[in-house]
Amino acid sequence: MITLSNLISRIPGGIAQGIIWGIMALGIYITFRVLKESDLTVDGSFATGGAAAVMMITSGISPWIAVICSFLIGILVGCVTGLIHTKMKIPAILSGILVQFGLYSVNLHIMGMVANVSCNPSKNNVFITMRSIPKAILVGIIFAAVLIAIMYWYFGTEQGCAIRATGNNERMAKAQGINVNNMKVIGFALGNGLVALAGALMAQYQGFSDVNMGRGAIVIGLAAIIIGEVLSEIIFPKGCQFFTRLIFVIIGGIVYYLIMIVVLWLRVDSNDLKLATAVIVMLSLAIPNLKKGE
Amino acid sequence: MLRIENIKKTFNPRTINEKIALNGVDLVLNDGEFVTVIGSNGAGKSTLLNAIAGVWLVDEGKIFIDDVDVTKLPEDKRAKYIGRVFQDPMMGTAADMWIEENLALAHRRGLKRSLRQGISNSERETFKLLLKEFDLGLEDRLSTKVGLLSGGQRQALTLIMATLQRPKLLLLDEHTAALDPKTAAKVLDVTEKIVRKSQLTTFMVTHNMKDAIIHGDRLLMLNNGKIILDIKGEEKKKLTVESLLEKFEQASGEEFSNDAAILG
Ligand SMILES: Nc1ncnc2c1ncn2[C@@H]1O[C@H](COP(=O)(O)OP(=O)(O)OP(=O)(O)O)[C@@H](O)[C@H]1O
Ligand SMILES: [Mg+2]
Repeated sequence: MITLSNLISRIPGGIAQGIIWGIMALGIYITFRVLKESDLTVDGSFATGGAAAVMMITSGISPWIAVICSFLIGILVGCVTGLIHTKMKIPAILSGILVQFGLYSVNLHIMGMVANVSCNPSKNNVFITMRSIPKAILVGIIFAAVLIAIMYWYFGTEQGCAIRATGNNERMAKAQGINVNNMKVIGFALGNGLVALAGALMAQYQGFSDVNMGRGAIVIGLAAIIIGEVLSEIIFPKGCQFFTRLIFVIIGGIVYYLIMIVVLWLRVDSNDLKLATAVIVMLSLAIPNLKKGE
Repeated sequence: MLRIENIKKTFNPRTINEKIALNGVDLVLNDGEFVTVIGSNGAGKSTLLNAIAGVWLVDEGKIFIDDVDVTKLPEDKRAKYIGRVFQDPMMGTAADMWIEENLALAHRRGLKRSLRQGISNSERETFKLLLKEFDLGLEDRLSTKVGLLSGGQRQALTLIMATLQRPKLLLLDEHTAALDPKTAAKVLDVTEKIVRKSQLTTFMVTHNMKDAIIHGDRLLMLNNGKIILDIKGEEKKKLTVESLLEKFEQASGEEFSNDAAILG
């Protein structure tokens, strides 16, 4: 029913999910904004993270360890994409598509050849679930804060600066003695590590992992990044620090998800949501180019 | 010291676009020697610099820097020895990063990139003093994005970056060509100061004959992928644009042609 109270009741859940998408978008930020590559692996690695976490949690392993393992598996997946790209000289976008495609089988194997595995929070030990949304929001915020702090520190280190330089100007990076291939592999690895971690959080939150749960993750991530950038430009027209920009990625994730909730509340067919998201992301990507280029 | 033995490079071999860009270059540069390089368009000047820097590997021949055989080393490994400034002011710096971050990256040229902080406070002080010394008006703008600087400022910064860690070899490829005359003169001035102060072994490609004559201790002229003139010492000091053109025609049997050449 289209009632305001109905909408309001959905908002907290939307915020919780938005934070998780925002965490995933932090991973995409590393490849898309820092390395300036489009990494399509993420649609697969998000599901990998969810699958690995649910399988571990349902077999009694602590959800915290499960999330860390998902992160490490994501790193491994990102390394594969990075190595395919840098060693076999296959364009990054294609390397990502190949890995994402192949991951479908891998993810099914992880889940014991079942497309959907449930992880009922009343039977399993999980730390973030839609059964308790205030706690989920709190846990999400803590995760986001810690990850942003680590990213802020890391991209200020010698290695992090080398990754940024690689994304910024590869020729300059090489001339400064930076092994740009290694930096790209590290960037893809960290990006997918974060995406898989977000997948692990999402699977716990929704109470299941699904082989298709990552479908469209790249677009949602881009939407979060761009919405965040637009908002940060409105609030800080003079530009802002890296730290603040990362916070805005999370805010972008939340806003994206709230928009989706409003759209759904307006009874738009959920099958049309993807088209709407795609158009919004396309326009947001295009506007800066059109402004610049004429 | 740099030693090059008979290096050759052919682009697009066995295709219709085959181009022999370096056709047997031999060269020994002594420590602290400042060499200017001129030649027609397509003579192979940039190719020679790219070969030394390791942008790709040469087909034949050997390259030694300080008696280390670097012929097979990739570009990033060779960077330890080499400072570079490119013709395009956009090429030598990371536009989205701050001035101090660019300098800090260059300060670690050839070193392992660890998880230590990318820039220290003592470095900031050093950078500030250094920038002040060159009077570029950048010393109070350490946290400005390099992308906001003018072409001349970027080239001067790239030059400082290339020499922040004393390179065994400084490679300058028409690094003033994209600048207006006044800025070009200023950047050349900075170049001269840096090269002389640290006595850097320097390779400077220019299309300005006058600059090639005024600067440096030695002048090389390239044609069709070969060194056809090598002028040093007293002979170099006596050079004029006219005598240089004459020598070129004698050595190559062609007329000098470079779209951008500034003869007078
Ligand atoms: N990467 C490349 N692939 C194919 N051909 C190349 C490449 N680099 C250079 N060449 C060719 O090699 C020849 C030498 O080029 P190079 O850039 O060294 O000339 P140059 O002496 O620097 O000339 P200019 O004064 O125009 O800068 C040219 O014919 C050029 O087209
Ligand atoms: Mg050239």
